[in-house]
Amino acid sequence: MAEISEMKNVCSQVRRDIVRMVHAVNSGHPGGSLGCVEFFTALYFEVMNHDPKNFTMDGLDEDMFFLSNGHISPVWYSVLARSGYFEVSELATFRLLNSRLQGHPATEEGLEGIRIASGSLGQGLSVAIGAALTKKLNGEDSIVYTLHGDGEMQEGQIWEAAIYAAAKKVDNLISSIDFNGQQIDGSTEDVMSLGDLKGKWQAFGWDVMESNGNDMEDVVAKLKEAKTRTGKEKPVMIIMTTTMGNGVDFMMKDHSWHGIAPNDEQLADALNQLSETLGDY
Amino acid sequence: MAKIAYTEKKDTRSGFGAGLLEAGKKDENVVALCADLTGSLKMNAFEDEFPDRFFQVGIAEANMMGMAAGLTMGGKIPFTGTFANFSTGRVYDQIRQSIAYSNKNVKIAASHAGLTLGEDGATHQILEDIGMMKMLPNMTVICPADYNQTKAATIAAAEFEGPVYLRFGRPKVPNFTAADKKFEIGKADVIIEGTDVTIIATGHLVWIAIEAEEILAEKGISAEVINMATIKPLDAQAIIDSAKKTGCVVTAEEHQYNGGLGESVARVLGQNTPTPIEMVAVDDSFGESGTADQLMEKYGISTTGIVNSVEKVISRK
Repeated sequence: MAEISEMKNVCSQVRRDIVRMVHAVNSGHPGGSLGCVEFFTALYFEVMNHDPKNFTMDGLDEDMFFLSNGHISPVWYSVLARSGYFEVSELATFRLLNSRLQGHPATEEGLEGIRIASGSLGQGLSVAIGAALTKKLNGEDSIVYTLHGDGEMQEGQIWEAAIYAAAKKVDNLISSIDFNGQQIDGSTEDVMSLGDLKGKWQAFGWDVMESNGNDMEDVVAKLKEAKTRTGKEKPVMIIMTTTMGNGVDFMMKDHSWHGIAPNDEQLADALNQLSETLGDY
Repeated sequence: MAKIAYTEKKDTRSGFGAGLLEAGKKDENVVALCADLTGSLKMNAFEDEFPDRFFQVGIAEANMMGMAAGLTMGGKIPFTGTFANFSTGRVYDQIRQSIAYSNKNVKIAASHAGLTLGEDGATHQILEDIGMMKMLPNMTVICPADYNQTKAATIAAAEFEGPVYLRFGRPKVPNFTAADKKFEIGKADVIIEGTDVTIIATGHLVWIAIEAEEILAEKGISAEVINMATIKPLDAQAIIDSAKKTGCVVTAEEHQYNGGLGESVARVLGQNTPTPIEMVAVDDSFGESGTADQLMEKYGISTTGIVNSVEKVISRK
């Protein structure tokens, strides 16, 4: 079991990886990536039962994770590398020609840890439900996890999947929403308000929890609590309040950092705010 | 007297139902999903036999495609079932990202394709699905001709590793393929040999091509008839060999010209052995309500349409 202090060290390094990766290719999505660092670190360093050194597509007897909002690939790639799926040095190939670290996650290049392509939004929950059903058919008690953007809740397929998972009691599924209130064109409130998001998921028949997504202790505690709530005939949803750009002061609470990279000066500023705990790639 | 005999008329979708049941009996990893069209897709027998391996997803096709992709992880072989329109156009991006690009072992079973869906009209008569599916990398596209071939193709699809689009229709059509004939993905069948013209047909049009061959024979024209049940990967060698022998080609399909079998055949010919070609297909229009026979006649997807195209293409040799 990882100590909270160790996971916080991982978070700091992952944040450095993210800003360095997007800076290096002058593209990518740092805002949402920075906001979800605690979530990924908790999943891969503490919560999930998984085997980074022996990745298989079938993932038999392992927990699985699906990233539905694939644009926050930098945080996923960093955490996959830092938890042992592939060499940390490969992070330097992010978004380059012939890289396995595509702009949005993909399986075609065979990157360990990735089981489905994502990027076109709204599809990951359906995929996760299918994977969860296979685990049930195979007699496994493993859990399938997902992460979604809050803006992604505007996609219709999410709600098709939401109805299915509740109606058919897919209760080995723990989903999370990165509730940062921001999307490309502005705040989710202004673009198309999600209204009572918690109420919506409850009305759809899910067991809904809330967490402070940038508080390491709370993220771990809520994910562990969610595990205790599986197997009870309801899928579990954690609405995770986060701050886009968390950890880099000038990126916080500004939706324009959704999909732009820092320049040299901004990179230096960001790195000054983040300790190099595990060694840069 | 046609050179090919048939015992009875049966719908190709029932061939799918029978094939799915048999594939399910052979391999316990075969599972099925259906979007509220279990009876139309003839999936009832599978559902009754394997209730735990059948997933009724309601009228939510996008979710069904994603779920199918997810089910493959852990070894399942999912077949999705709905009309061809809702199996392709409605869910193109889900198929593209979650199934084709991710190279998942999903079998997309699509019934009621084309004009022969009939009275429901153009909203349901998809004539663009072959084009959409064949454009996707990693996707195999199969359009079998009759009940027996559809059953065999379904079993072959289950045994094949990779995404497959299986297209079949609504009406009962002559069942002429031998019941014990194994389906080989990517292999064309020369079902009648001839020397003056090659007719390359797919799906329901194969029987219509057989009928056309009889009329052509009476006119003294020797037609070779090829059943091109796999549209992708296309059996290029069979096309080249036959075109070199006969010197001209007619393609026939229940689909638009744009994106159809004919265009794929034309590419093979153009790149290998330029040959006059005519195409029997729908000319850039939607369908409409009517009986299957009326619609096929009106849109020229008929025996007459093939005979006329053959005479035209022979004159261009």
